[in-house]
Amino acid sequence: MSEAQNSDPGLYDYLPYRGRPKIEWPEGKTCAVWVAPNLEFYELDPAVNPHRKSWVKPHPDVVGYSHRDHANRVSHWRMAEMMTKHGFPGSVSLSVALCDHIPEVVEDANQRGWEFFSHGIYNTRYSYGMDEAQERAIIEDSIETVQRSTGQRIRGWLAPALTHTPRTLDLLAEYGMDYTCDLYHDDQPTDVKVKSGRLTAIPYSLEVNDHYGFFIYNMSPTEYADTLIRQYNRLAEEGEQSGTVMCIPLHSYLIGQPHRIGPFEAVLEHIAGDGRAWISRAGDIVDAFRKQTGGAS
Amino acid sequence: MSLDPSYLEYPKRGRGMDHAYYPYSNLFGRKPVSWPDDKKLLIWPVISLEYFPMMPDDDPFRAPGHMQTAYPDYRHYTAREYGTRIGIYRLLDAFEKVRAKVSVATNSVMAERYPELIEDILSGGHEIIAHSTDMNGTIAGGMDEADEKALINAALTTLEEATGKRPRGWLSIARSQSFKTAKLLAEAGVEYMCDWANDELPYRFKTDAGTITNIPLNHELSDRQIINVQQHSVDSYAQQIRDAADWLLAEAESYGGRMLPMHLTPYIMGLPYRISGFEKLIASFAEHNDIGFARGDAILNSWKAQQ
Repeated sequence: MSEAQNSDPGLYDYLPYRGRPKIEWPEGKTCAVWVAPNLEFYELDPAVNPHRKSWVKPHPDVVGYSHRDHANRVSHWRMAEMMTKHGFPGSVSLSVALCDHIPEVVEDANQRGWEFFSHGIYNTRYSYGMDEAQERAIIEDSIETVQRSTGQRIRGWLAPALTHTPRTLDLLAEYGMDYTCDLYHDDQPTDVKVKSGRLTAIPYSLEVNDHYGFFIYNMSPTEYADTLIRQYNRLAEEGEQSGTVMCIPLHSYLIGQPHRIGPFEAVLEHIAGDGRAWISRAGDIVDAFRKQTGGAS
Repeated sequence: MSLDPSYLEYPKRGRGMDHAYYPYSNLFGRKPVSWPDDKKLLIWPVISLEYFPMMPDDDPFRAPGHMQTAYPDYRHYTAREYGTRIGIYRLLDAFEKVRAKVSVATNSVMAERYPELIEDILSGGHEIIAHSTDMNGTIAGGMDEADEKALINAALTTLEEATGKRPRGWLSIARSQSFKTAKLLAEAGVEYMCDWANDELPYRFKTDAGTITNIPLNHELSDRQIINVQQHSVDSYAQQIRDAADWLLAEAESYGGRMLPMHLTPYIMGLPYRISGFEKLIASFAEHNDIGFARGDAILNSWKAQQ
């Protein structure tokens, strides 16, 4: 890549957890909880990015592709119904091409009052190696596509398959995005240093992402559910002092499998019934954070 | 150097799938399916009966479970053979105890090496489906079409000669296909394949040689995935299958018949310390009035008659 490469990207100042000002969430809640379903489209035979393979196996990767296609045919519907049942809206990390391929899924999420942010065009197209014009093109495509199919102006970004360039965050701020889900350094929102505008990093999570739970840590469905409950309990407790954020990032083709969705229900019941959670959406959490922090925090 | 401009072209970006194999369909929007005997949930056991030659082939890829050490890998060769001598019989006995008929995905070389085992499977009322030639018979994208065609036909013909019946079903090794596999299977007279895991009911799959049905064999619920890859106990396996069955039974109340694939490997599930947990699991299913066991061909016949 042609851009200058820095050992320290200088994204934010160090801010130790001890002694921070407290963030207040509405109604005295201690932990803002948001659920981030990834609604994705993976291509069967995608164009090749020289920096990363789309599929580990030669195309067609039948298991990889069909596993993910399960999301749109089967498991989205199961996961979404479960979230609605327990009062959890989604903040969707969207492969925006899904608006063209399977509009039913996008419409369903929109009707449930879910918020959309961009997860790139496809989860099989990566930002690695893009020049500025190319990167602008995928941001503009994302804004226009989501606007056209849902009426929503996207406010946030989760890079496609977590692939970035050093200019991504500056560009997002320039286009008026409010938040990024790509930085994992904290349990509270943080403003990111960008060239113009204001961009807030909202805590997302790799560690309690269902993909990590099931494919990195090899958890059983009940172990994963227990992990989420422990994560929540701790954050809700600490949030009395700090005001925390818990994100539950999901992939319906994982959590919506018939052996996992039942155990997962216990998590939503626990959080909804606990009383300390502000169950919300990413944009609302960023708004509440900004209202308290005024300008740059 | 920046990316080639074509990287931002999306020729297949449009309504529906990015291929012509099957149209989009929402499981919950389909006409409900009814299963024979008013069962709400059919468990579809599929046992993989595999022969691993001592000389593994890496072209196009080495099969899961294959040899791992330098030659001669007696450790893995014999541990896999334990499955075909002992483990398979534990599984067959377990299913016979609950009077379940199952599908056995068989490498065709099994019919030549162990004809008595094939006889035992057939006389138990089970179905044999084709599972390539042996565990070196892998398929992947980029494979020469003539070679792939020869492999598929060799497997089918050998099993047909040994059993007197051409297999109606096909399972690829590691569910791996080329872009041509479905067409070659349809051409060879195969009626259903089990490789695509994108659904929970059978669906039609289009090829240039006509239609073939895909009956999805959930790879995440296989004993290999849960016990071998994810390293869970058989008790955790049983709990996960039970949770899946409970969930699907509840769905069947609103959406019609459901099916639950149960993919088993004799050298994994057929071990002494695992089999009793497995026996308990299928016994609990056998006692449930709304649950039945079915072979793949029975599911195919029933589903097709309702389309």
